[in-house]
Amino acid sequence: MIAFFIKRLAQAVLVMFVISLISFSIQDNLGDPLQEMVGQSVSEAERQALRDELGLNDPFLVQYGRFVKNALQGDLGTSYFFKEPALEVILNKLPATLELVFGASLIIIGLSVPLGVYSAINPHSWFSKVVMGISIVGISVPVFLTAIGLIYFFSIEMGLMPSYGRGDTVEVLGLETSLLTADGWSHLVLPAVSLASIMLPLFIRLIRAEMMEVLQSEYVKFAWAKGLMTRRIYFLHALKNTMLPVITVGGVQIGTMVAYTILTETVFQWPGMGFLFLEAVNRVDTPLIVAYLIVVGAIFVITNTIVDLIYGLVNPTVKLAGKK
Amino acid sequence: MALLEVKNLEVSFGLRSGAVKALRNISFSLERGERLGLVGESGAGKSVLGFSILNLISKPGRISGGEIWFDGKNLADLSAKELRDVRGNRISMIFQDPMMTLNPVLTIGQQMIECLKAHRKISTEDARTIAIQKLKQVYIPSPETRIDQYPHELSGGMRQRIVIAIGLLMDPDIIIADEPTTALDVTIQAEIMELMVELCDRNNVALILITHDLGVVSQVTQKAIVMYAGRIIEQGPTKEIINDAQHPYTQGLMNALPQMAIPGQRLNQIRGAMPPLQRIPVGCAFNPRCDYVMDLCTKQLPGYTASGNCKVACHMVADMKRKAEQSTDEV
Repeated sequence: MIAFFIKRLAQAVLVMFVISLISFSIQDNLGDPLQEMVGQSVSEAERQALRDELGLNDPFLVQYGRFVKNALQGDLGTSYFFKEPALEVILNKLPATLELVFGASLIIIGLSVPLGVYSAINPHSWFSKVVMGISIVGISVPVFLTAIGLIYFFSIEMGLMPSYGRGDTVEVLGLETSLLTADGWSHLVLPAVSLASIMLPLFIRLIRAEMMEVLQSEYVKFAWAKGLMTRRIYFLHALKNTMLPVITVGGVQIGTMVAYTILTETVFQWPGMGFLFLEAVNRVDTPLIVAYLIVVGAIFVITNTIVDLIYGLVNPTVKLAGKK
Repeated sequence: MALLEVKNLEVSFGLRSGAVKALRNISFSLERGERLGLVGESGAGKSVLGFSILNLISKPGRISGGEIWFDGKNLADLSAKELRDVRGNRISMIFQDPMMTLNPVLTIGQQMIECLKAHRKISTEDARTIAIQKLKQVYIPSPETRIDQYPHELSGGMRQRIVIAIGLLMDPDIIIADEPTTALDVTIQAEIMELMVELCDRNNVALILITHDLGVVSQVTQKAIVMYAGRIIEQGPTKEIINDAQHPYTQGLMNALPQMAIPGQRLNQIRGAMPPLQRIPVGCAFNPRCDYVMDLCTKQLPGYTASGNCKVACHMVADMKRKAEQSTDEV
């Protein structure tokens, strides 16, 4: 177990190094931050002075070296716009984004397993066909369209749900959360549904396909031949094997979902990291952009490590390195 | 009455292009403790027959006719619950590939205990004790530790022993073994076969052995059934079939055994291949490959002729028997 973590840590360091190099090297191509920071009235000489002060005229490697040195001390630069440490700005918005991802994950897990299993067991029933049909639509419609559609129907036409913002929040252990207020939940529903709208059909189809394959396997036939209860065959023998590839894909998709939050948060004005990132791009706030990319990269690495741990628990043929 | 009596069993698979009959007019019986060999080429319907006895044919297949009498009940029209009480309890199965038969994510113990608990009101501890005892019977070394291992931690031969132990858990009346040694290393095949025979003998369990290995059939079974294209073409005591095969197909199978060929010569084979079920020829299904084909063979399906203690579906055998009877009449 310890060896697994050390190996994982080494990999994570390498991954983070690559992410930082890439995100740092694209910042020169995002536009001129000076343009946004100072107005038209500032003279060219003053601009140059400011550039020197910010270190923007140094060679790339010098700039990058300085960045890495600071980053190792937890300093990812100072946001040009907020005039605050970029990491702090991002982390303040992180809980909101995680709430959104959490809400969407709840929807995905809660619906994809029963629907996928049902439609694998009864592939010819009309309900399965309807589920499969809707899932194709869900995969095909882009998130921002789903989001706008949801706002139109549920907020504007029916007036059931608020159309933007995060609602009331409460502070728990120094973190603001909307998960503990009814108003917070009502604000969360629509964004979470629209964020789930792409992944949910994908998971239903994945679970269905895997389950159908597993149901054809010899060990499931053998389970029938042993005279076991139908329930046990479907939900223990078949489902446990079905979940193995689903867990793997799920781990990657959680990371992807964090990326999708950019769209959802923008449409719903959800005050999370994604919304912040888009604003940062508009303002050419390069330190903030770089910090965002690094934080998202770290989330990817962490979730994948957790998923690997879970996978090791479910699949006995996988031994985590060093575990005996 | 026999322990198991199959009468005119018919199995069809409903395909888009229409129903295809995988088994036609299958009748045979099995006595308590008897060992029956089911032989034939791949696709002859041996496995389908094995699975249909427990009504375990996967969709779109189904039993479309006939009866399977076991213990006063017709297995062909039992409810799902009644079938469950028979499966794994009174009749159990052993599959071909032990690498695939055991669920990879459950321990050996879980897979044995669940079977006991499905059929008996029993505590987990008691079930575990029985499971360990059965593992001992199939000569698994240190069963107390093996029982908590996962299938991938065991060798193929070991896994097949465990599958056999699962088959024996409920002390069944019949074990249906579908090519139980085909997937194993040659060196282990004999060992596993011996083990099965020993255990069946000791517990007076009847065995239906599905195989294409005539050598095993001749060593192990008392009765044999030869199948071709979904029908039984010859059945009777194994000795008679092995020593004095009547049907040209059975003769061909015997000649195809490597020990029948002269060393240095090419091995004998039956020319052609078995027809797909959708295109079974009119008359005797074997007629395109038969060396003794007659006009009648391409027109009329042969009925069963008694020959010694065997029953053979062949026009030529029927013909010869008729002639023999006529000649004895004339004398």
